[in-house]
Amino acid sequence: MTQAALPRAGIPTAADILAPSPGVLLRRRILRHWGLLIGGTILAVIVLMALLAPLIAPHDPYDQDLARKLIPPIWHGGAKVTWAHPLGTDQLGRDYLSRLVYGARISLLIGVSAMLISGVIGTVLGVIAGYFGGRVDMLVSFIVTTRLSMPVVLVALAVVSIVGSSLTVVIWVLGLLIWDRFAVVMRSATQQIRAREFITAAQALGCSTPRILLTEVAPNVLNHLIVVATLEMAHAILLEAALSFLGLGVQPPTPSWGLMVSEAKGLMFFDPWLITIPGIALFALVLAINMLGDGLRDVTAPENRG
Amino acid sequence: MLAFTVKRLGVALLVALTVSLITFSMIYVSGDPAIAIAGEGARASDIEAIRKFYGFDRPIIVQYVDWLAGALRGDFGRSFTLRQPVADIIFARLPVTILLGAAAIGFALVLAIPLGVLAAVRPNSMLDRFALTVAVVGQAMPTFWFALTLILWLGVTWRLLPITGSDTWQHFVMPAIALGYFVTPAVMRLTRAGVLEVLASDYIRTARAKGLRPPTVLFKHALRNAIIPVVSLAAVQFGFMLGGSIVIETIFQINGLGYLAWESIQRKDLPTMQAIVLVLAVIYVLLTLLADLLNAFLDPRLRAA
Repeated sequence: MTQAALPRAGIPTAADILAPSPGVLLRRRILRHWGLLIGGTILAVIVLMALLAPLIAPHDPYDQDLARKLIPPIWHGGAKVTWAHPLGTDQLGRDYLSRLVYGARISLLIGVSAMLISGVIGTVLGVIAGYFGGRVDMLVSFIVTTRLSMPVVLVALAVVSIVGSSLTVVIWVLGLLIWDRFAVVMRSATQQIRAREFITAAQALGCSTPRILLTEVAPNVLNHLIVVATLEMAHAILLEAALSFLGLGVQPPTPSWGLMVSEAKGLMFFDPWLITIPGIALFALVLAINMLGDGLRDVTAPENRG
Repeated sequence: MLAFTVKRLGVALLVALTVSLITFSMIYVSGDPAIAIAGEGARASDIEAIRKFYGFDRPIIVQYVDWLAGALRGDFGRSFTLRQPVADIIFARLPVTILLGAAAIGFALVLAIPLGVLAAVRPNSMLDRFALTVAVVGQAMPTFWFALTLILWLGVTWRLLPITGSDTWQHFVMPAIALGYFVTPAVMRLTRAGVLEVLASDYIRTARAKGLRPPTVLFKHALRNAIIPVVSLAAVQFGFMLGGSIVIETIFQINGLGYLAWESIQRKDLPTMQAIVLVLAVIYVLLTLLADLLNAFLDPRLRAA
């Protein structure tokens, strides 16, 4: 009887008879997914760097020393290069490595906070639209369409310039603007779950709507939510960098990667590393988050690849 | 088709109206716009004069209706700082931005569609991996940094292209690449997914079984259907680009709508800011409307939705 299920002849081992548990399969998929592993590692390094900034940074990121300004990074060569400033110093003599390390805090803080705000708004809208359908769905779709027709960067810049820019303002403006993808993805994910029998069963058992949403719908849309959350966190980080680059994001002297590029813009023809270093940091962070998100989508829902 | 068109048109109008309301209230998020315009250290009498001059002392609903009625007639009021009608400034700058957006979307399509098709024809090949890398890298590249890097290499090191301005077609090459590259991943992924899906369908198997040559199957049969969603994505992305060109136009000092928006934001020129947001939103609404209608025209199944 069991003969047919066996992949090959010979004495069946325990592994041949027992199918691997879903957890084992998931772990196996994770360990085989290079993108996810690389993205996760880079992100972990940057998060550690942000958390341990005071221990890692060799200098105070705000400390100016005009006598030691514009020292090139160590691989550059030349008389001014020193191990005291491995990535050199900026136009005000501030240690570039220290500013880079502290800048990771700003990017991650804004990315996570804006993602949480937009995640709450978008998920609530998307789930109720997907679950209730009909008029509620039409209304939510209308709100999403309206939001999409407003140009994000422009509206963010305008509002920040009117309200006045600060870290909190930037977080709230971005959070209130980029919830559209959460809503769209959560809506279609909820619609799919809503059509399944276990929802009908729960309704027949007399479960309340909040209970169904929390215990039946939520666990099944969680993987979609995590994937969108990573993408939107990367999106928020890029937007913060763009706002700061245009002078309407995080304000000097706070070390933000976008602001570092902006401050060095005028010197980039003579000292290109001033924009290359924070640019690569931003690129690496966003790339890592996106790779992690894509990888999570692949291992949790392989059928949604594309 | 007529019922669908009417319904879609109604939604588009409603969206435009809602956007106008949001755009109008934008100037009130800080409280009193007169104080914002007067700046720090202004005297109370000056603030009062500004309030009277711009009509901020009237009830908000009256101001909104007045503004909307003007906007419908193409009158967005006068710029605070440029002392010209806002509509004149906007329509002088808009063609430049549309040109830039068109060049950027053209660049993105020329790069993304062949890559997407090739990736789909040979899934999991080296080429597919390469295309995926292009997509992943493109999504992670900060636009402004990419633009500055282009300037540094193509403009300064190799001296191939002019760095700033909008006088000749050469001036548009780098901005179009910088703006278009960001859209490439989305277009490529959609093309790849679309072609993959179509290639697995029954009618392609039939075409192959009939003995048609592979290029005929791919270009005449598969691509035609796979490209429909790409067209509507391109229209939507074009709309996003017009709004997103502010960063690129500021870096390359291109005298378009984005640069105007940047200038008016710096000068707190509220009527110009409002008008630009409204104009861009209306263009976006029109583009998505066109894309939807085109899709429904090409694919009758969508009309039911």
